[in-house]
Amino acid sequence: MPEAVVARKGQDPAVPPTAAEKNIAAKGAGEQTSLITGSEAIAVACKLADVDVITAYPIRPYDTVMQYVAKLVSNGELDCEYIVAESEHSQFEIVKHASAVGARVFCGSSGVGWMYAFEALTVTPALRIPMVAMVGNRALDDPGAFGVEHNDALAVRDLGWQLIWVDNAQEALDTALIAYRVAEDRRVFLPCAISCDGAFLTHSQALVKIPSAEKVKAFLPPYDRGDLQLHPDNPITVAPQVNEDWLMEIRRQNAAAMDRSSTVIREAYADFERIFGRHYGNPFFEEYQTDDADVVLVGMGTLSNPVRVAIRQMRQEGKKVGFVRLRWFRPFAAEELAATLGRFRAVGVIDRDFSLGSPYRSGVLATEVRAAMYPAAKRPPVLGFICGLGGREVTVPGVRKMTESVYLAAEGKTQPGTQWIGLRE
Amino acid sequence: MGRLFAVEIVYRGIFQKTLAKNIGRAIVLAAHHEGKPGITFGRYGDSPERNGIPAKNFAIVATDDVTLEEGMAKYEPKEVDVTISVDDTLCKGVESWAWYGLQPINRLLKPGGALIVTSRESPETIIGMAHQKEHPYRLAIVKGTPSFSGLWVYKDDHSDVRILGAIAKVLPELFTLASVQQAIRDEWNSELKATSAQRSYERTTTITVQPAQGNPEKPFEFQMPKWTEMREGIAIPSIPRGHAMRDPTTGEMGGYQPARNPTFKKFTTRTMRPVVDFDTCIKCTLCWLQCPDSCFDVTPEGLYDANMEACCGCGVCEAVCPVANCVTMVNEAQFTDNASQWEMWRKSKETYQGWLQSKIANRPERSHGFRYRGQYEEQVPEMLEIAQQN
Repeated sequence: MPEAVVARKGQDPAVPPTAAEKNIAAKGAGEQTSLITGSEAIAVACKLADVDVITAYPIRPYDTVMQYVAKLVSNGELDCEYIVAESEHSQFEIVKHASAVGARVFCGSSGVGWMYAFEALTVTPALRIPMVAMVGNRALDDPGAFGVEHNDALAVRDLGWQLIWVDNAQEALDTALIAYRVAEDRRVFLPCAISCDGAFLTHSQALVKIPSAEKVKAFLPPYDRGDLQLHPDNPITVAPQVNEDWLMEIRRQNAAAMDRSSTVIREAYADFERIFGRHYGNPFFEEYQTDDADVVLVGMGTLSNPVRVAIRQMRQEGKKVGFVRLRWFRPFAAEELAATLGRFRAVGVIDRDFSLGSPYRSGVLATEVRAAMYPAAKRPPVLGFICGLGGREVTVPGVRKMTESVYLAAEGKTQPGTQWIGLRE
Repeated sequence: MGRLFAVEIVYRGIFQKTLAKNIGRAIVLAAHHEGKPGITFGRYGDSPERNGIPAKNFAIVATDDVTLEEGMAKYEPKEVDVTISVDDTLCKGVESWAWYGLQPINRLLKPGGALIVTSRESPETIIGMAHQKEHPYRLAIVKGTPSFSGLWVYKDDHSDVRILGAIAKVLPELFTLASVQQAIRDEWNSELKATSAQRSYERTTTITVQPAQGNPEKPFEFQMPKWTEMREGIAIPSIPRGHAMRDPTTGEMGGYQPARNPTFKKFTTRTMRPVVDFDTCIKCTLCWLQCPDSCFDVTPEGLYDANMEACCGCGVCEAVCPVANCVTMVNEAQFTDNASQWEMWRKSKETYQGWLQSKIANRPERSHGFRYRGQYEEQVPEMLEIAQQN
């Protein structure tokens, strides 16, 4: 039952509502709670955002989104062009072109499907297409595996895609709305990929508050492509061949857009809180029990769950451990994160990915965190942990083991730069 | 620091790509015989797969490795000792890409540097085509029809070795005749070609071109925008629609002149141009329809005027015209401006007919590559004969 109705229940309708009641009503008006998966939450966000063109090509775990969207279209709840492409490459090309003519678009894929679309993925940010995509994180073949690894989405990290990881279905829905708001802001016009861990998020049902269409309308203005819109009344050529005289200027423009994205993200979260009443704090990363922490772990996605459980256990034993969950990987809030991590005696970065041959043989996130911290005034030791690959469970004992190493590093005892956790050895 | 030598070879895309590459190779190999290191490369930003587009190769040679490294440039050296123009119509200027502007053929020449041109034209004609230069330079003409072949076919008419012989004459510090002959023997295993180089060496003379000589026009140029001034999203505004034309005698408005890309005129691609007999034109529209560059302006009375700021000289109009001698391709070297033929015809049909017939009568054969089987066998002996007689 909508909260607004609950708030007024049993009261005489003739009695005018108090200011507090008005506030509750305003915040909860039209909101419903549903038991849905992370994938379904993204599909519901597509409906709320009134997306115009959606393309689909099945691959697990992303395919759950396309199934839910198809259902919404079939039930008449969402009026959009729903195109089943013959491959991921076409899937992403179609929405790229639709966005160029002014349509709000949604797309998505997983693992090697995302890789098969790679050419389209490279041109999408280059052409300043504000596509929103869902990446159901999945291990890259070979071997064929359904489970989560973050390497698929991370492969586009250098290209101009905004990348965010979420850890629950509510956040998935809210983030999809925020993603449209940020991507379609004229100052940004860059695509945004929302990463959802395969299985743990895409296939688990949770209670999610679904906001009203009116509030979404207030939050999300129509997509206006302006002078970049392909239209007979605005004759332009998009993506001509250029030579070395032009590339640097074009890349620099896109770098500026990515820089502006940080500002737009902050604005969007502030408006989101004002309109929907849900508070996410710092948009870029979430801190858990860090106020008095000696050491912290850093990670992305649903591994936050076992990490938080382990932290509560360890705190009962007197160990002051905290957790920093990174949301936005691109743009990367380097200075802010470095300042935060500088408060602790040692940092352990948990990667659900690998970057073979990288510095200290770490995962991608650990390498980025180290790079972010290098210019910082305070640089505690940073250890890297690789775990949970291919959907393997990140366990509470595994998190405790990582924390032990981080403590040893904090005490100045040399530790390996990277450790594999949960490996049979 | 030792001495650095830079040679540029300006050529026409496809038709002369292999020729330019061979000349660059032989320059480096000949210098190598004298212990000088060198490199040769094509300007990577060029797109020499486009028919006739002006493009450049470079050969950089030095007296030692460190000097060579100092002089290496990826796209273009800032100045050269020798510019080789393997087609004389390139002397009108070089525009390789949009926004490049019209770059004079002698733009990179050092004071006293040498411009070597393959041509059957007189020095006066070549000097008139080239833009005025702020300092004197030397001009040498290697007598002969510019050698055009294809990407897959190389016309072995000795143009390559004759130019190499001329280089030994105008810049003996780079390499001697003996060195270049040795390089020719190594590269082509041909005593005949070595002899052609020697003959060219012996016959090559230079004349000095003074700053007052040459085409006085200021070549068009563009300032590229800063990154903050460009439209985002790699989106480029289209060329606007065209407009009606004005008859120069009656003032009547009519017809249609398309608007064209102001930053890429493309006419330096042209080695020959169409001249049109407006008195015999039947207004069939075929030239206008088939022109791949939309170069025909439609006049108020419905004639078709090939616009010389846009024509690439491909010859399609001549090929499709159903009227005998209505459209005729003429060697570009016969012309000194890009003025409208139709306007000249409107002002005086008699004057125009005289002009037209003189151009057609002076029409040296000119074609792109090979048009028919047996053309190679016909042309090579002819070129060799020119090389022998000079």
